[in-house]
Amino acid sequence: MSSKSAKQPHDAAHSLSRQLSLYFFLALIFVAGLLFALNQLAGLMGTASQEAQAVDFANNSISAVLREEPPQLDSSKSTDSSSGLVLGHIMEGLLRMDLQDRLEPGVAERWQVTPTHATFWLRKDAKWSDGKPITAADFIFAWQLALKPETASQYATLLYPIENAEAINSGELPASALGVSAPDPNTLVVKLSRPVAFFDKLVVFPTFFPIREDFYKATQGRFGSDAKDLLYSGPYVIKNWVHSANMLLERNPHYWDNNRGKLAQINFAYITSDATATLNFFKDERIALARLQAENLTEALRLKWPIRRFADGTVFYLEFNHRQERISRNLNFRKAIQHVLDMEELVYKVTKLPGYLPGKSLFPEWLIGVEKTLREEYPATTVTVDHAKAKAYLALAQQELGLAKLPEITLLTSDNPVSNIQSEWLQEVLKQTLGITVKIDKQIFKQRLAKMTSGDFDLLLGGWGPDYNDPLTYGDLFASWNLNNRGKYNSPQMDELVATAQNATATPDRMQAFGDIQRQLFDDVVILPMYERGVTYVVHPQLKGVKRRVIGAETDYTYAYLDPDT
Amino acid sequence: MSEEANPSWQPSPSDFTAKSKYQTADAITRPAMSYWQDAWRRLKENKRALFSLYLILGLMTFTLAGPYLWTIDPSAQDLDQIGMAPGANRNVTIAPTYQPWYGPTNNLVYSEDNLLSLTLVGDATSQAVRLAWKGGWRKTWQGTGPEPDNGQTNYGYKIYRTLFALNPDDAFGLPLMETQNHYFEDRLDLQPTDYYYTVVALDSQGVETDQFSIVQITVKRVITVLEAQKRGLTKSGPVVEGEEIKLSLHPFGTDYLGRDMLARLIYGGQVSLFIGIFAPLLYVLLGVIYGSIAGFLGGAVDQLMMRFADFAVALPFLLFMILLKVVFGIGPGESGVLPMLVAMVILLWPAPARLVRGQILQIREEGYVSASKLLGANTSYLVFRHMIPNTMGVILVTITFQVPSAIFTEAFLSFIGMGVAPPTPSWGSMCNDGIKSMLTRPHELFFPALFISITVLAFNLLGDGLRDALDARMRNRE
Amino acid sequence: MLIYTLKRLALGVLTVWFIATATFFGMHAVPGDPLSSDKSTTAQIRANLEAKYGLDKPLLTQYAIYLKNISQGDFGISFTQENRQVNDIIKEHFPISAILGILAIVFAALGGILWGALTALYRNRWPDSVIMFLVILGISVPSFVIAAISQMFLVNINAFAGTTILPIGGWGTVWHMIVPAMVLGLSTMAYLTRLMRSSMLEIVNTDYIRTAHSKGLPKTRIFSRHQLRNAILPVVTVLGPAIAGITTGGFVVEIVFAIPGLGRYFVEAIQQLDYTVIMGTTVFYGAFLVFMVILVDLLYGWIDPRVRINP
Repeated sequence: MSSKSAKQPHDAAHSLSRQLSLYFFLALIFVAGLLFALNQLAGLMGTASQEAQAVDFANNSISAVLREEPPQLDSSKSTDSSSGLVLGHIMEGLLRMDLQDRLEPGVAERWQVTPTHATFWLRKDAKWSDGKPITAADFIFAWQLALKPETASQYATLLYPIENAEAINSGELPASALGVSAPDPNTLVVKLSRPVAFFDKLVVFPTFFPIREDFYKATQGRFGSDAKDLLYSGPYVIKNWVHSANMLLERNPHYWDNNRGKLAQINFAYITSDATATLNFFKDERIALARLQAENLTEALRLKWPIRRFADGTVFYLEFNHRQERISRNLNFRKAIQHVLDMEELVYKVTKLPGYLPGKSLFPEWLIGVEKTLREEYPATTVTVDHAKAKAYLALAQQELGLAKLPEITLLTSDNPVSNIQSEWLQEVLKQTLGITVKIDKQIFKQRLAKMTSGDFDLLLGGWGPDYNDPLTYGDLFASWNLNNRGKYNSPQMDELVATAQNATATPDRMQAFGDIQRQLFDDVVILPMYERGVTYVVHPQLKGVKRRVIGAETDYTYAYLDPDT
Repeated sequence: MSEEANPSWQPSPSDFTAKSKYQTADAITRPAMSYWQDAWRRLKENKRALFSLYLILGLMTFTLAGPYLWTIDPSAQDLDQIGMAPGANRNVTIAPTYQPWYGPTNNLVYSEDNLLSLTLVGDATSQAVRLAWKGGWRKTWQGTGPEPDNGQTNYGYKIYRTLFALNPDDAFGLPLMETQNHYFEDRLDLQPTDYYYTVVALDSQGVETDQFSIVQITVKRVITVLEAQKRGLTKSGPVVEGEEIKLSLHPFGTDYLGRDMLARLIYGGQVSLFIGIFAPLLYVLLGVIYGSIAGFLGGAVDQLMMRFADFAVALPFLLFMILLKVVFGIGPGESGVLPMLVAMVILLWPAPARLVRGQILQIREEGYVSASKLLGANTSYLVFRHMIPNTMGVILVTITFQVPSAIFTEAFLSFIGMGVAPPTPSWGSMCNDGIKSMLTRPHELFFPALFISITVLAFNLLGDGLRDALDARMRNRE
Repeated sequence: MLIYTLKRLALGVLTVWFIATATFFGMHAVPGDPLSSDKSTTAQIRANLEAKYGLDKPLLTQYAIYLKNISQGDFGISFTQENRQVNDIIKEHFPISAILGILAIVFAALGGILWGALTALYRNRWPDSVIMFLVILGISVPSFVIAAISQMFLVNINAFAGTTILPIGGWGTVWHMIVPAMVLGLSTMAYLTRLMRSSMLEIVNTDYIRTAHSKGLPKTRIFSRHQLRNAILPVVTVLGPAIAGITTGGFVVEIVFAIPGLGRYFVEAIQQLDYTVIMGTTVFYGAFLVFMVILVDLLYGWIDPRVRINP
């Protein structure tokens, strides 16, 4: 249209872009100023994570990561693993586990468990972080607190072996009726409502930790929500807690045991659940310990990092719905599935996460029996994959149920990537070998729980982690009264066996009961054990003495120390 | 007519006869074109837009005709080819079926060239690597006479594995097992590569001693005859043990369950393109209509309409998605593509509405709008014929930008159980899955991301071209 | 003007009330509840918990109680983080998200305007193609990947340099903010670039620009006074809700870079069905959004005098 020469648009563009550059530089200056202002602002908010260093010899401190913000640190109420980890460092109970996972004295010097009573003699030099001694009254108060209905503690059931505990928890009796007494400040006598041979193993759990009454009342309902609202009985105190950001632990000067708490400071410098980010922090030498994932394995090997492995105690299994209206209530149907799923294939080829063991039993490998491990004394029965047999079972099941055509079955699973892989594998195997169509029902956490409770599934990818170090924590899962028995498996023989395991006083009798439970779980195909979870992780080579635990603090730094000679 | 005046010209009677009715003064050099025809012509001339149209056509063909040309089942799992990159080595040997191993036989000859007599038993294959060893006390006996049983109890051994050659003082690698036995079978993720196994003796406390042996092993990939049959590799004749054959070809590699990437890309494209194109079209369309009405009418109507839009935006997306999923009654494992489409439209229309309303507020003050009103145009004519075409630029950019957003939203929703159910793939969910193995198996992320990028590129170029073509001001300019 | 603003604020309060109500009832309609957990609790303990949190009352009563509480500024206590008030959660974490969000928006806006104007100027030449390529990449690659890659990149830079050039995570100084803010603002910047380009191209062909040219005005003046100012309008429209969205939607970035912001709470509260946190964050976000929209509308009139606010 206009007769501008070809050159002019270029000139126009250039001069205009020169002007743009001017704007750009002005903008840069503006941004710099903004950054400066924001820096001051951020500093004012006091949430700064000091530049974390994985190991610091000068201060004798290390730094680590918390996967989640601990909801609160009131030991009478805490349920999750993050609070468990922190509580394991800042509090101590009557007894604790040593480095070989055996019971050893904590606040209690010695103890005795009889069919009717459990007695604990407390040491005289155990002190709170304000210097006052820890007495039996502190335990009594804490246990009464956990049982009070208004506390609504989810682990109050662990205290039920104590006389009147259950009645207190349902509001029928006042807390003062609890069957515990302190004849003198350093003796604690517990009256048991029924014989519980493993009561001493129970008291390791955080719900049994002591809480001092006057301090609790002084916090006016905010006990456990901040560093200043806590009184510490363990090797460390919380010096600083910035919610969702970081937490700094420092050695408790009043703690009695000089063998624990060798590090002066433990800095939980980051709170994030992202495994890749955590590993990046490790690589950047900001933290001293990080979990390894399958895809970082090659790099960890190449960098020659020291890799460790530990079984975190959780057992995963395929749960069947035993309710009346479900096809999975038929034994032959379950047997058919039992004979096509190869858990070794699942663990070794599909999930490929190092540290996982193919599932053979509900009871994990590390549980102690009478003298050796439970699984050594009562080996689990396993089945070899046999497609022909499986098809025969399925045909039988169809006949028994009078089904001309197999219905589609639902597999309930979560939105977790590992569950995803497993459910897709399962779906394909069942389709190829048995011609069963499986529909994968993916649900987020709460919706999945709702469906589990209402029984809206045929198959369920389930799992269980231990609450205390006794096979009963797994063994009672499929008693008909257990609410965690989502499939509603109901068998009088199972109930009888569980009752024996709960009430028998002689260990060989109890272990025999567990062996029988294991056998029944197999014969009746109540569940199909899939795998026992293990974790591989990397540790800074100069940090020694880190203990991983199945029960209690998942990562225990209380025995850790720095070794400059590596 | 001549332009120069001729002074000597004299009028004559022939000058006063009537001229014919139709003159050729205004010759029509080209046919009259409507707005749309002109736009289409200009679009065709735009090379980039043409390129993008071809790209889109190519993608459509890929996803629609693909299943008939490449007939591999996208959900067929091949657990021996998990995560194979395209062009990886496909050689495999036929081996007997796996039998569980309970330790070496008595006639095993141990290799004596290392401290613990660590020996490989049999062949090292992808089925299993079997190691046996004797223990360290044999080598420490230096005296004469029969070797004493010095009562050294074997407290156990720890086995490590790594992929890289070990120098002294290096960490041994991945700890596989602690055992009291003198043998070990490794079945964990054995790839056809070199491995270095280390066996370390433990002391009574379970602490590692300095007695260890390292052995280097090359693993061979194997499958059994039954597996070969299952995968259709025996079509050209039966196979025998020891024979070397080639596994099936996967041009784009395989994913984390050994499924063919190309097939998954084809089927995944159907879902992703459908949602990625129709969802934005629908909710942007809804937003455009809503926003232009609000912007044009102004006043209280505008206020109320916009407040309702604010309300829709502030609702928590995830929560209402879950709610809609329940309301629609999507059963487990059913593909809820249409409900997902409806849900996305319900929750995502406010942003385009607000954008268009802003444009309309500007445009309605323009001169041509008042002129048109004076000429008697009614509301819908003004809105649809004048204003909306002038907001085309903004609308098109919004649509093209919502395409990848819709694809990823769909991936997110499928992840939480709404949308397509496994094993149906979609490009977005393939990206989600590929992120986990980004470092070790980049092809699982690369290909779906590439296809998404191509789609986005195509729609962007098309959007540009459309914007230029539909811009009324550029009409008659070229 | 003042009356207009007051009217808008009143309408805003009404809108927020609607948002709160819809969210409240929607939240309770979703299956599941905040008290269920992996390990089932006995009926007794469950009853105790419900009594403690007031969930055993009828729904409308709960609603009325809730409204009364928020009118007094009390958003209640979080279900998942017991003994932490929702007010405190918002007070402690929102400023962090806000700072991150402001920085991200500044990057996105400045970058978007700059690149967009450049591509319009150099239309169909190589700067245009390069920038467009980067824009496409910026929106085709999911934010998770960009965050992970950038963190990996930083680790490698630090390792290569032997010292910390930029922290790879955490929070506290401005150096912690730069990379997360850039990652957060990337997709918005891509969008703004395109918007800017599109509206610049449109304006170049308008009559008033041509008039200005023929009037002999210097090109730079036309550019800044007329072109930029008018092209920015759609950008401003987008910025309002974008600020609100980025401030609360930085979920991915917050997790990867371990930043204690509010975005995490948004998503995790819904997954955990933490009623009080869902309500608190939604109401807060709603109020923030409404406020930003009012601000943007007022800004319109200032930028483009033709858009008079018609009551």
